[in-house]
Amino acid sequence: MPVTAEPSAVRGGGRGRFAAVGRAFALVRRDPFATAGVLIYTVFLTIAIFADQLATHDPNQILYRPNGRVASNLPPFAQHILGTTNLGRDIYSQLVYGARSALIVGITAAFAVVMIGTLVGLVAGFFRGFVDMVMMRIADVALGIPFLPFVIVLSSFLEPSMWNVVIGMALVVWPSTSRVIRSQVLSLRERTFVEAARVTGSSPFRILFVHIAPNVLPLSFVYGSIAVGWAILTEASVSFLGFGGGDTVSWGSMLQNAYASQALSRGWYHWFVPPGVCIILVVVAGFFVSRGFEEVLFPRLRD
Amino acid sequence: MQGSSRLVSRLVLTLFVLWTVATILFLIFRLMPGSPLAAFVSPTFTPEQQDSLRRQFGLDRTLFDQYLLFIGNLLQGNLGESFFYKRPVGEVVMTAFANTIALTLGSLIVAYTFGVLMGAMFAWKRGTRVEAVGIPIVLVTRAAPEFWLGMVLLAIFSFGLGWFPGGGANSAGQSFSSEWARIFSLDFLRHLILPATALALYLQGLPLLLMRTNMLEVMQEDFVTMARMKGLSNWAIVIRHAARNALLPVATAFALGIGQSVGGNVVVETVFSWPGLGRMLVDAVAASDYPLAQGAFLLITTVLVTMNFVADLLYSLLDPRIAHAGHR
Repeated sequence: MPVTAEPSAVRGGGRGRFAAVGRAFALVRRDPFATAGVLIYTVFLTIAIFADQLATHDPNQILYRPNGRVASNLPPFAQHILGTTNLGRDIYSQLVYGARSALIVGITAAFAVVMIGTLVGLVAGFFRGFVDMVMMRIADVALGIPFLPFVIVLSSFLEPSMWNVVIGMALVVWPSTSRVIRSQVLSLRERTFVEAARVTGSSPFRILFVHIAPNVLPLSFVYGSIAVGWAILTEASVSFLGFGGGDTVSWGSMLQNAYASQALSRGWYHWFVPPGVCIILVVVAGFFVSRGFEEVLFPRLRD
Repeated sequence: MQGSSRLVSRLVLTLFVLWTVATILFLIFRLMPGSPLAAFVSPTFTPEQQDSLRRQFGLDRTLFDQYLLFIGNLLQGNLGESFFYKRPVGEVVMTAFANTIALTLGSLIVAYTFGVLMGAMFAWKRGTRVEAVGIPIVLVTRAAPEFWLGMVLLAIFSFGLGWFPGGGANSAGQSFSSEWARIFSLDFLRHLILPATALALYLQGLPLLLMRTNMLEVMQEDFVTMARMKGLSNWAIVIRHAARNALLPVATAFALGIGQSVGGNVVVETVFSWPGLGRMLVDAVAASDYPLAQGAFLLITTVLVTMNFVADLLYSLLDPRIAHAGHR
């Protein structure tokens, strides 16, 4: 890719093992974008954790009016904060529970992608040779697989579930992380502090995981914070297409329901706008946080 | 010399990737529950059709024989019969492909023209309020799900204002003398505008940010300083020297964008009922039309892998430094 990370970020790598990580967090606090990103994440995390307390209704429950008829298509701001769906379900409560499934999928997928990507990058870059060659060819194949269609095909032989997105991402999305990590490791392994560790008799694995790994962790965080958003976007797309889990309430499935129930032609904006705004906020938060990390990684952009 | 050997090795890699993906796909559809016949033969086919397919794909033979036949048929473009359309998959897939390419190219051209111009502008306005407001807006458009943008556009401009049709690629009852006449008709254009806008809104962020970063970098290079010392005007420097060099990575991103959009369009095509490849894949998977799903997926993959190769070529062609730099 045209954009490659300059090794300048890890200049002081030898001094403190986790100095780079510490500096990354310190900078995130100073960068307004990154602060906003962390703030948005915190809000959604809180909503996801306390969904049971925050929701006013069971998101799947069909509600009835006092006269016994289904409470369908109620307008927002009356008894229901965001109104109800055409089947009498509370939209606000669905939105709150949607945050939970979005974050579960987003964080698990990001963790899987970054773990695999970082490990492959570390091992391939450090050991070079045959291992490197095999791993990078696998990465080439994974980069040649169209991601969303792959998740769709996966769901044709796995049970439809939101975990398909996590599996799909773990299988296909790691190469971009591992390529960048690998190129960092290639330059790090020639540094004096690695040479010093080698001379003093550290084992290769000790050098790799104690001396080199902490220096590439900030990069992994960048890719992780972007991957969270990407996973949430993908989960929404997959649910929208009808391949998500059956009963799980997610922002994507809310949008699918709204679309299928003609909410667009009837102008029920209060139904399909909020889930989209939530998705945008979470994904943008990932961009903002990664931007904060980039300030650490691409210092010359600050001039 | 070095350039051509690099070309050959990239080509070999491209073919290797295609072959591997085809093999993975073969295995996925064989691992599916049900008999191995299920991947190619629908019980709704006539007995003659079933027999012919069983012979073509060797469905009563060993897995390895089936694999060889699968690859052999694939090389001849034979992907079996669609369960739903009862026609060869290759034929069905190619009609959808034309619609997808029209949508992809239309939205990419709009997105990249806009993105490049705005990106150059943002680089020029670095540190001003324009940038402070503009960049977060661009990030928001990149974060918005394409299909949700499509839904909002549909609700406003199609159902609300009635300016554009609510879906499909052509009005019902229209007939055209040829496929080309259909794609260049006014009716097609009217259907194309909303889905293409939804995609373009999402796609413009990448060229914009790329162009901005590249411009900022190029402006610091020696040849720009040189041009400045020669007394050239700012405008001449930007147009003649900086922009031209900053465009290289954007051109590469455009090629990559074609490959990625053909697969990524799946959701937008579904929202707008656009009869393209992505929607065909979704429908095929939902209806368990396995041959069609395989065919659509393979075509999407082929486009992606080919465009990755083209982007790579373009990059080394436009930037001679790469040709000598060895592997990345």
